[in-house]
This record gives sequence, C-alpha cells and structure tokens, in this order.
Amino acid sequence: MGITLPILILALPFTMFLILGIGGVKMSRKLAGTIGILANGALMTFCYIVALTYFFSGNEEFIVDGVRQQVQLFDVTWLAFTDRMVVNIGFLLDPICAMMLIVISTISFMVHLYSWGYMEHEPGFQRYYAFLALFTFSMLGLVVATNIFQMYIFWELVGVSSFLLIGFFYKLPSAVSASKKAFIVTRFADLFMLIGILVLSYYVSNAPIESPLANASAFNFLNLNAQPSNVIASTLGATFLGGSVLTWAMILIFVGGMGKSAMLPLHIWLPDAMEGPTPVSALIHAATMVVAGVYLVARFFPMYLAVPDSLEFITIVGAITAFYAAVVACCQIDIKRILAFSTISQIAFMMVSLGVARPELHDGLGYMASMFHLFTHAMFKALLFLGAGALIHAVHSNNYTEMGGMRKYMPITHWTFLIGCLAIAGIWPFSGFFSKDEMLSAMYANNALWGVWMTMVAGLTAFYMFRMYFLVFWWEENPHYKEHSPHDAPWQMSLPLIILAAVSCVAGFIPFGEFVTWNRAPYHIHIDWVGVAIPSLCVATCAIALAAWLYAKKNDKPAKMKAALPALWQAANRRFYWDEIYMFITHKIIFNGICRGIAWFDRHIIDGTMDAMASVTQYCSLKIKGMQSGSVQTYVLWYFFGALLLAAITWICLL
Amino acid sequence: MDLSMLWYLVPSVIMFVAGVYGFVTRKNMIALLISLELMLNSADLNFVVFNRYLFPDSKEGMIFTLFAIAIAAAETAIAIAIIVNIYRAVGNTDIDSVKKMKF
Repeated sequence: MGITLPILILALPFTMFLILGIGGVKMSRKLAGTIGILANGALMTFCYIVALTYFFSGNEEFIVDGVRQQVQLFDVTWLAFTDRMVVNIGFLLDPICAMMLIVISTISFMVHLYSWGYMEHEPGFQRYYAFLALFTFSMLGLVVATNIFQMYIFWELVGVSSFLLIGFFYKLPSAVSASKKAFIVTRFADLFMLIGILVLSYYVSNAPIESPLANASAFNFLNLNAQPSNVIASTLGATFLGGSVLTWAMILIFVGGMGKSAMLPLHIWLPDAMEGPTPVSALIHAATMVVAGVYLVARFFPMYLAVPDSLEFITIVGAITAFYAAVVACCQIDIKRILAFSTISQIAFMMVSLGVARPELHDGLGYMASMFHLFTHAMFKALLFLGAGALIHAVHSNNYTEMGGMRKYMPITHWTFLIGCLAIAGIWPFSGFFSKDEMLSAMYANNALWGVWMTMVAGLTAFYMFRMYFLVFWWEENPHYKEHSPHDAPWQMSLPLIILAAVSCVAGFIPFGEFVTWNRAPYHIHIDWVGVAIPSLCVATCAIALAAWLYAKKNDKPAKMKAALPALWQAANRRFYWDEIYMFITHKIIFNGICRGIAWFDRHIIDGTMDAMASVTQYCSLKIKGMQSGSVQTYVLWYFFGALLLAAITWICLL
Repeated sequence: MDLSMLWYLVPSVIMFVAGVYGFVTRKNMIALLISLELMLNSADLNFVVFNRYLFPDSKEGMIFTLFAIAIAAAETAIAIAIIVNIYRAVGNTDIDSVKKMKF
C-alpha cells in the first residue's frame, strides 16, 4: 500500500479544520455544513479502503501464514533527542488500528450528518464543524500512532478538541465549567502518563549495548511490544516501593488511560461533559475518545502482559468502576447522564476484559472480546446518544420527567432506541450480546469472581437502560404534548439512527476473532451457551422484566422504593458524592490550606522583589536624567574625561 | 637628521587637544565641524606614524588612513547638510539653539 491514502486520512480532516476554522465566518451555514459532510464522507471512504484492504486483500504485506502483520506505512523522524530517543511521526496499520479507523470514520460521518439537523439553528455552526474536523484528525492520529510519543501528542489534541466542543455553548456558565473540568481532570491524569512514558523511555534508551533494544527507538510500539523481556532486562531489576520499575511505568501510563476513559476515581468529568451538544457526546464521549484508554492498553498489551501485576490493577479498577457507574445510572434523571454513566460502565467492562486476558486462557480471548465490545459499543452507544439527542431536540429538556409516552409521537426514534437498548442489554441477536458473551467467557476463564461480578453489572445495565426506555417511551404521556406535540426529527437526524440501528442488529455476526486478536492469529469464536450465554441472557431478561414491571405504566412503586431507602437513592443520585469529595480536597485543603501560603509568598516575596527592582531603577533614572541636557558639547566633555579616566586606569594597571 | 617618533606624536597630541578644546568651547557649528576634523586628522597621523615606525614592512596603517580620510569626507558632507537644514529651520548655526533633544 502506498502512502497517499494514509497521508490523506490525516491531512484531509486537518485541512477541513483550517478551512472551516479560518474561512468559516465568511461561509454560509449551508456551504460549511455541506463541505464538512462531503469531506468527511471522502475521509470515511479512504478509511474504509485502507481498513478493508488490510483485512481482506490477503496481500503478503498484511498477512503471512494467517497471521496479520503490523505495518508501518510510513515513519519519519520528527524530533531527535539522542541517537536512541527519537520521536517519529508515522502510520502504523494493524488490526486494532484498522478496526478503529472504521469506527471513528463511521461514527464521525454519522455525527456530521446528524449535526446538520441538530445544530441547524445554533450560532457558531461553522465553528462547530471546524472543531468536529479537528477532533476527527486528532483521533485518527492517535490510533495510527507508531510510537508512544506521537500517541501522547494526539492524546492531548483529542483532549483539546473535547474541551472546545464541551464548551461549545460558551455563554452557558455550566458548559464553561464542565469544559474546564474535563480538561483539567484529563490533563491531570495525562501528567502521570507522561511520567510513565519518560520512565519507560529512560530505561529503554539506556539499555545495555548488547541488548537488541540498543539500536531501536525508545518510543516505538513495535520495538517495545516485540521484546518486553528485553525491556524488563533494561531496567536492571530497579524497583520502587516494592514494584518493579516497569510495572510502575505501565501503571502510570494506564492512569492516563483512566483519565480519558473515565475510570474511578477520575470519572468525574464525563457526566458533566454532557453539557456539550448531544452529537458531540455521541462522537467523543461515547464512541471514540473515551475508549482511547482501552485502545492504549490494547496497543501496549504485550508490555502489560509482561508485568501481570498491572493487568490485575486494570481489572480491579475496571470492576469497581463498572459496578459503581451502573448503580449511579439507576438513579439519574437526566437521560444524557444515564447514558454517560452507562458509557463509563461499559468502558470499564472492556478494561476488565483486557485485564483478565491471558494467552493461556482461551488464546487471549479477553483481548479480542474487549476490542469486539469496543466496536459494537461504539455503534449502539452512538445510536443511543443520537436517539437521546432526537428526544431532547423534540422536548427541549434533558430530563425524562418531561418525557413519557413518546413511542406514539416519535416512532423512528422509538424503534431505533429500543434496538440500542436491547443491544446494550445483551439480548440475542443484537450486537451487544455477542461481544458481552465473549467478555464474560474471558472473565469466567480467569476467575469466577470477575465472571459473577460482571454478570451482575450486565444485569444492572439491562435494568437501568430499560428503566430509561420505559420512562421515556411508556409511563404516562406528558400533558404538555397537547399544546406542542413532539415529532420525529428531520431526515438528516433519522438516517444516522436507522443506519446505526441496522449495524447494531447485524454487527454481532461479524466473525471478529478472524480479524482482531492479541497475537493477530485468527481465533474462532464459539458461544458458550450453557456456561455463559444462557445465564447472562436470563439475568438480562429478568432485569428487563423488572424494569417493565416497575416503569411500563405510571404507578407508585418507584416512589415507594425511593421512600423506603431515601439515603441510598440520594447518594446514588448525587453520584456517591465524588464531586463533593473533589470539591472538599481542592477548595478546602489545597486552595485554602496549601495555596494560601504559596499565594502570600508569590504576592509579597516574588512580586515584592520585582516591584523593588522597578522602583529602584525609576528612582535612579529620575536622579540622573538631568545629565541628558541636549548640549552636545557637555556630552563630549564627559566623554573626554571618561576616556582619560579609562586611560589612567589602564596605565595604572599596566605599571 | 633622523626624526624620532616623538616629533610626529607631539604635534598630533597638540592637534587632538586643540580639537577637543575647540569642540567644547566654540558656539558655531562649522567651527565644531572643523574641530572634529582636527581630532580625526590627529588620529590618522597616529596611524601612519605607528605603522611607519613600529611595523615598517606592512602597509595596513596607511591603507586604513586612506579609508578614514575618504569616510571623513563623506561624513563632513552629511554634517554640512544637517547644518544647512538646521540653519533653514532655526535661522542661525549656533549649537546652543539646538538643545531640544533631551530628557
């Protein structure tokens, strides 16, 4: 494969960002929207060509003896610190990258199309499309990165585009604070990631001269992943607080992923990020950017495998987060928040699946299952978010209390939303069933505890999704519909819903194991009906039935439940007070305690020194400015005596 | 009789000090310019003398002096032009009447 298409994949969205960002103010909405969508359609075509060529061409470049190859289509030196620490910019094509190209370009195109209807009347429409293009560029750059440093650069760029898009409605104070929160929290996590990268690259670039790593770049994924044992050897058994240095480095890198993927305790930004436009939530905060953490772990999987302690850490963090987010999602009122917590829970599912993956357990099934779920989740979660956007567009409120009985008014939204809910609940034959089944198989294979725990989370998932579904589409009709009856969205918004719903129906039948596995050799998926699939189906069905019993018709059971355990409901509704804990730590302890002294030092010592220097200079200049009298002859006289003085000094010194 | 270096350097010093004295005491700008030329010529003279007595095999001092004379001529032309313009603006060539460029 040549390098034209790979370069175009990166250059096209970036050019669109420049064109729409600089020229957007001069364009009409229609023109900006049209070229944004057309360029994105072209981009999607390019991505599909690259990905499908990679998977299906059978070219020796891409597949040898049934094992898919990792190909660096190009890799140019960008920054050379030393001979060994060289930062390249390139394009690494391998199964997970090709899969992500499909996911990103598809969802991005759907969102571009959908936004045309959704954002039609918003001011700053052109700016919105420019930011979408910037995000698409950054995300594509992230997944094709050939080395950890390139990934880090694009990692920050997606953070910036997320910040810009969350704060798109910059006149709303809540949107502004949400965007700042998202940026600061993820940036804080990225600090740890940077430390991890530096630790790793320090040891690799100082590897002993006889090591095979000695002539490789310290950042390159292929070099690191090909020889994890050499990386371990290069650390020379260095330890820190009882863990090997490599374990620490990998955990620190994972902390960056925890920030982006909203794992506990760095999840607090994601629910607030729902202040952004809904299509943005679908693209960034459901389908693509938030799975960057999962992608990071998958990209570094051989390295994580070399230090199993870090995989245990990932599993535990993921399992706790999945359960926490699922419980919180049961008690939210804002439908976008429910979806946000559902996203957190599902990403944690993928993390656990990666964490339990071992080559000896079903040939590393967990890795394949995690990537499979990433793929199916991106599709059905984008569908759910876009459906929620259609509801919000119709009702002008985020809360299900303003909805109810919508199935009669918005049939397309209703059916597509139902498909999304069935898919996420894991009902056969929708896509979520297949990926969740594989993930649960991997978890049972590792440890029955994780299997049971995550099956319970899957049941909770089904419950809260159908709680929302019934409360929005059934329950009781809102009396306001008489004056202003909601209706289905225009075709630009309905079409993506229908396409994504169709994908969610059939995506489960993709033989995903043939394409993406941890060692890139094919794996034949078989569904373990008795051990895993039927129990999880039963759990999901029971949860749906429970939700239907509670919420299908207006009744007082939910209110009674709430009244029976008010403290628990309140705690779950307030997300178990994580925000309050953060507020307490930052405002009470850091700002008031530690920062007060630092602020005093800054204001009085640092500023005081600077002010003193300025006033001394000013005083002196006032005193001596009379010497500049304007009389040339005085200057010459001064100069003459000065020269004499210098001559005298020189003479005395020479004597 | 052989002239020692002093025979040249003493007149050069006298010329230079006369130039400084003239520059500091005279009021007319043309007189200032003449004083300036005196200082410059004394410096040129030094170049030639040191070259002749200390490094008789080389010619750098001489060549440097030639350049200095040429550049001094150009500078004089500029100075005269400035003085003419000042005369047009102020009406005289008194150095005390152009003291506006100060703090």
